[in-house]
Amino acid sequence: MAVTHAIAVNDLAKRFGKIEAVRGVTFEVRAGTTTALLGGNGAGKTTTLSMLLGVLLPTAGSIHVLGCDMLRERHRVLPRMNFTSPYVDLPKRLTVRENLRVFADLYGIERPAFRIGELAAELDLSDLLKRPYGQLSAGQRTRVSLAKSLLNRPEALLLDEPTASLDPDIGDRMRSYLEDYQRRSGCTMLLASHNMNEVERMCSDVIMLRAGSVVDQGSPGELIARYGRETMEEVFLDIARGVDEPAEKVVS
Amino acid sequence: MKASDLPMGAVSRAGGSRADPRRGVVASLRRIRALIRRHAYLLLKSWPRLVSMMYYPTVTMVLWAFVTIYLAPTNRFLTDAPGFFIGAVLLWDVLFRGQLGVSLTFIEEVYARNLGNLFVSPLRLHEFIAGQLIMSVLRTLIGVGGACLFAWLLFRYSIFTMGLPLVAFFTCLLAFGWAIGLAVSAMILRYGLGAEELAWAAIFLVAPVSGVYYPIAVLPPALQAISWALPPAYVFEGMRAVLLQQTFRVDYFRNALLLDAAYVAAGAAIFAVAVHSARKRGTLLQMGE
Repeated sequence: MAVTHAIAVNDLAKRFGKIEAVRGVTFEVRAGTTTALLGGNGAGKTTTLSMLLGVLLPTAGSIHVLGCDMLRERHRVLPRMNFTSPYVDLPKRLTVRENLRVFADLYGIERPAFRIGELAAELDLSDLLKRPYGQLSAGQRTRVSLAKSLLNRPEALLLDEPTASLDPDIGDRMRSYLEDYQRRSGCTMLLASHNMNEVERMCSDVIMLRAGSVVDQGSPGELIARYGRETMEEVFLDIARGVDEPAEKVVS
Repeated sequence: MKASDLPMGAVSRAGGSRADPRRGVVASLRRIRALIRRHAYLLLKSWPRLVSMMYYPTVTMVLWAFVTIYLAPTNRFLTDAPGFFIGAVLLWDVLFRGQLGVSLTFIEEVYARNLGNLFVSPLRLHEFIAGQLIMSVLRTLIGVGGACLFAWLLFRYSIFTMGLPLVAFFTCLLAFGWAIGLAVSAMILRYGLGAEELAWAAIFLVAPVSGVYYPIAVLPPALQAISWALPPAYVFEGMRAVLLQQTFRVDYFRNALLLDAAYVAAGAAIFAVAVHSARKRGTLLQMGE
């Protein structure tokens, strides 16, 4: 059976003691598309992404990535996916090239030196390759982290605020790069971001979380129309502040 | 066109660098090599780290060498086995460095906030552990090897005069160091860097019952029972047999190996449980300074 959904999450729940961080989350991400996972702080985005990556075990529910059950066979699919997150870092005393070389080996990349040179050129990192990672600015580190996440040409890429610390120019170029990468590779991307312009530009689907639950989903255009707003920023504020009765329902 | 000629934002159309399709042992060895490479980069570019690894074993060796020089003229035991204290302290450091090699390799990842990257990569848990153990061997060889070199340069004492039994002693002590190192890593994973002190202190809990400088027979019976449940007791008793009676006690070696197998298995199991617990609590992505 052909896999039409690169990511399928069903009735996912995570409880930390008495706190329900994620409850009954169900969504699917179509192969080759970019989907945004949105929500205010504490909405459950990072918890959900962590479970998708397999570094956090859910209390209940199932996760399938690229057709593999992440709870039972994550090591079959991990070579085909990657991620970037502000919650992890790279060894600071190693140079950018050394860090990328280590991860190239971990992901079993053939001709790692070529791949690192390729990514360095594409992400404007060539001048930084010999510098220790710890000496880079926040924006430069973000680009290195993105390079790490692309080393294995992932089929599924999970991006947690990938452009958060980039200036508008570099941020725009990174978004163009990711869009280009997706067009060429057919990669499926799940993006957690607080940048609504980024979401409108890059994402064909949006999943809105609040207090650990999915409160709405659809394309940015559909959500904007449904809430009677002009931008995703306004939709986000409506949902985050609990004003989530869509305008079309109110009208009807 | 070279990769560096590509404009930023353009995805290379050059093929070639796809994920390695190889599976099994070759891919596994490659991932372990990646971990070794990561820590080798760190060690080789920092001479203070290399010096500090040799510093403590060398200083303690020098202290015991002078104690030997002071006591030897009036002590028949040291007349018969003049290298006893130096050999004992060097072997003790094999145990200590073996344990530190595992624990510090893990702590480096925690400090770097790199655990999340590693555990989301194709790296398997047994490969991660294998990487820690190999780094432990390398760190021990550097640390104790340096002290051995100074023992020969300063006091004309060569631990290699013990011959092949030295390999047996080294193996057994290193393996027990691995077991404690894995357990300490598990504690750090469970309780955070607040438990880092364990990496330096844990091994000394077994020092009094290891019989490093005295026979197990001098201990009270209850402590003797504990001693014989630990591999170092057999190693240091075996060392005394080699130095004083020129006899290699195969029974001691066998017992130490069997106990080591059990302790390393237990250490790995404790670490695996700690990783599983961290995956339940969500700390793998958040651990760090």
